[in-house]
Amino acid sequence: MARMNMIQALNSAMDVMLARDESTVIIGEDVGYFGGVFRCTDGLQRKHGEHRVLDAPIAEGGIVGSAIGMAVNGLRPIAEIQFADYIYPGYDQIVSEVARLRYRTAGDFYAPLTIRTPCGGGIRGGQTHSQSPEAIFAHVSGLKVVMPSNPFDAKGLLISAIEDDDPVIFFEPKRIYNGPFDGDPDKPAVPWTTHEKGEVPEDYYSLPIGRANIVRGGDDLTIVTYGTMVHVAEAAAERVGADAEIIDIRTMAPLDVGTIVTSVRKTGHCIVVHEATGFSGFGAEIVATVQQECFYHLEAPITRVCGWDTPYPHAFEWEYFPGQKRVAAAIRDVLEAA
Amino acid sequence: MSGKPRLHVPQPPARPGEAPDFSYVEISEAGSVDRPDVNARARDIENLAYDMVRVLDEQHTALGPWHPHLEADELIVALRFMLLTRRFDDRMLRAQRQGKISFYVQCRGEEAVAVAQTLASDPGDMLFPSYRTQGAQIARGRSVVDLMCQCLSNSKDMCKGRQLPTMYHWKRGNIFSVSGNLATQYPQAVGWAMAAAIKGEDDIAQAWIGEGSTAEADFHHALTFAAVYNAPVILNVVNNQWAISTFQGYAGGERRPFSARGLGYGVASIRVDGNDFLAVYAVTKWAADRARQGFGPTLIEQVTYRAAAHSTSDDPARYRPKDEVQQWPLGDPIERLKSHLITEGVWSEEQHAALDAEIIEQIDEGWTEALSYGSMTHGPFLDKSELFEDVFADMPTHLILQREKLRRTREEEI
Ligand SMILES: Cc1ncc(C[n+]2csc(CCOP(=O)(O)OP(=O)(O)O)c2C)c(N)n1
Repeated sequence: MARMNMIQALNSAMDVMLARDESTVIIGEDVGYFGGVFRCTDGLQRKHGEHRVLDAPIAEGGIVGSAIGMAVNGLRPIAEIQFADYIYPGYDQIVSEVARLRYRTAGDFYAPLTIRTPCGGGIRGGQTHSQSPEAIFAHVSGLKVVMPSNPFDAKGLLISAIEDDDPVIFFEPKRIYNGPFDGDPDKPAVPWTTHEKGEVPEDYYSLPIGRANIVRGGDDLTIVTYGTMVHVAEAAAERVGADAEIIDIRTMAPLDVGTIVTSVRKTGHCIVVHEATGFSGFGAEIVATVQQECFYHLEAPITRVCGWDTPYPHAFEWEYFPGQKRVAAAIRDVLEAA
Repeated sequence: MSGKPRLHVPQPPARPGEAPDFSYVEISEAGSVDRPDVNARARDIENLAYDMVRVLDEQHTALGPWHPHLEADELIVALRFMLLTRRFDDRMLRAQRQGKISFYVQCRGEEAVAVAQTLASDPGDMLFPSYRTQGAQIARGRSVVDLMCQCLSNSKDMCKGRQLPTMYHWKRGNIFSVSGNLATQYPQAVGWAMAAAIKGEDDIAQAWIGEGSTAEADFHHALTFAAVYNAPVILNVVNNQWAISTFQGYAGGERRPFSARGLGYGVASIRVDGNDFLAVYAVTKWAADRARQGFGPTLIEQVTYRAAAHSTSDDPARYRPKDEVQQWPLGDPIERLKSHLITEGVWSEEQHAALDAEIIEQIDEGWTEALSYGSMTHGPFLDKSELFEDVFADMPTHLILQREKLRRTREEEI
């Protein structure tokens, strides 16, 4: 075991896979010599060679499209999109091509492609370095969508993504690259070394895609969340003193419906929390599922706490971000509604 | 040698610790490149995409057919704008280091590009800048206080706190909004120019992107549409040799100059010494006249060097030699114009120092004023409900409710 932040854990996952499986390659803007703008691929080109870790021209459509071609020809590419906000030039290749390739060729062609991309706000990045676009990928049949909330999960899930024979969009909440963030920007930053999930095996291991994690057990209400918001939800539950069961879904698609449903049937209360805009957000999918599966166990309406339905603003970052206060207010409302 | 395919991995001439080497930059003699008529057929002037238009020689004398013959006072204005741009950058960099602003992008070493090209435009021409084209704002006379207020996201911020520093816009000055998404402005500039042609107006459009961004599909969309519709537009590629950590070879610059990209589309294409104010001005005027007279688009590659870091978020010492800038063969644009004016006998070191001191004072005063309108940490602040404005022309009900909810959450003690 070693102490790792999320960047090191992701780096370790790719390092392990580059060493284990020679079909693994990495391609992306600034990922080679420089090691990535967030340093996730630091040292990998030096160690594994220039034909395994490729700097790319600035063209996300080209990165995704060529990575699909490599995948079809037997490689396991890991494409990095420098920020999720810049993934859209590659969206056509993702939605129209890689997501449906297996289906349209009756399984004759498929592309084991992983697309890694940092997402989310909280870093004063303004509207082009803060987006959380997971819902517009989870909406597309044929894509697996993952978002870890800690270094241990990040490494295990990324290895599974690389080994998966289907395309995986792997979102990395950049606000928690260096440490868990409870939603209070005025508190000093905490490193991952203080957190049990900062303990990461150096060798190979994997965590199954499609399995949620119960972050903490509780009887009064269920908070379903993922990414940075896992930590905010924990802090908010503590703040209100609620006996909340917090579920980190870890993957949006496929969704671990069983874990969520079991929990809500037990607690009778449910809040869904995500950083992305609420309207048509991924929370709507969770709410619909819970409503259908747990209707007779619910003691209060299901509530969502999400980013407002506006672009991500630069100056009003902490008004936009669904912080502890908003989550705490929702917890209280849901518990009092009974 | 076997005939097997082997993946080519572009290598910059030098990495940290190695000796800088710019021998790959092909440079023409000043004054040596012919200047065709503005109605020349693109295919008859293809040499312009491979040569390099230069006006200033090593002795700082202006010569050749591209010499724009500007008056001394016009050149001094240009020098002032370039110096103002540089001092503005210096101040904003310091502000970022002090934690007053969140982020900044300098254009050090590239000031001639935006300043000369903006001065060569007409006021009604629409400019589509990148985040490194701040010189266009300066050269169109924007107050530095306005620009500072944007960087501070304060109560007078033109973007109302919604954009990262440097993502300016200026409706009245005909400068479009800077996007964080690379190359998107390129086809937009073409469309703006198409609209001018549809409406029968004389205004043209001009856009800028970095050489790295030419890899984006939008670059190619722009050239296709510009060529198909003969749009009155000037498309500039600012080749400052680096795109964050990747050198220009990663956008295909190892094989052909970026200007040559235009040839395949049948678009007039020029390669110019981007640190030679007079040359940049002259080729832009040529392209503007060509567009305005109905002869269509021009692609211009400005050969220059990014003398500073990519932005405040990176450290170039990790990927290129520290002393590369000293070896850059095309020098510094401000120094070159200054030396030219001194050689011409219309400027002196003393006048230059006095101008610099005056500009620094102007910037300092501007900064004090800008800070009086607040920052992200000190009021006066923008009204927080601004967050919900301008998503649509009319605020829909769900946003009205969300605005109300935010107000309530802020007031409640939980
Ligand atoms: C679509 C998109 N992809 C990636 C980025 C991240 N990014 C910002 S600037 C930059 C490098 C741009 O280089 P270049 O076009 O050469 O312009 P320069 O910064 O050198 O002026 C990159 C990759 C982005 N902003 N938008």
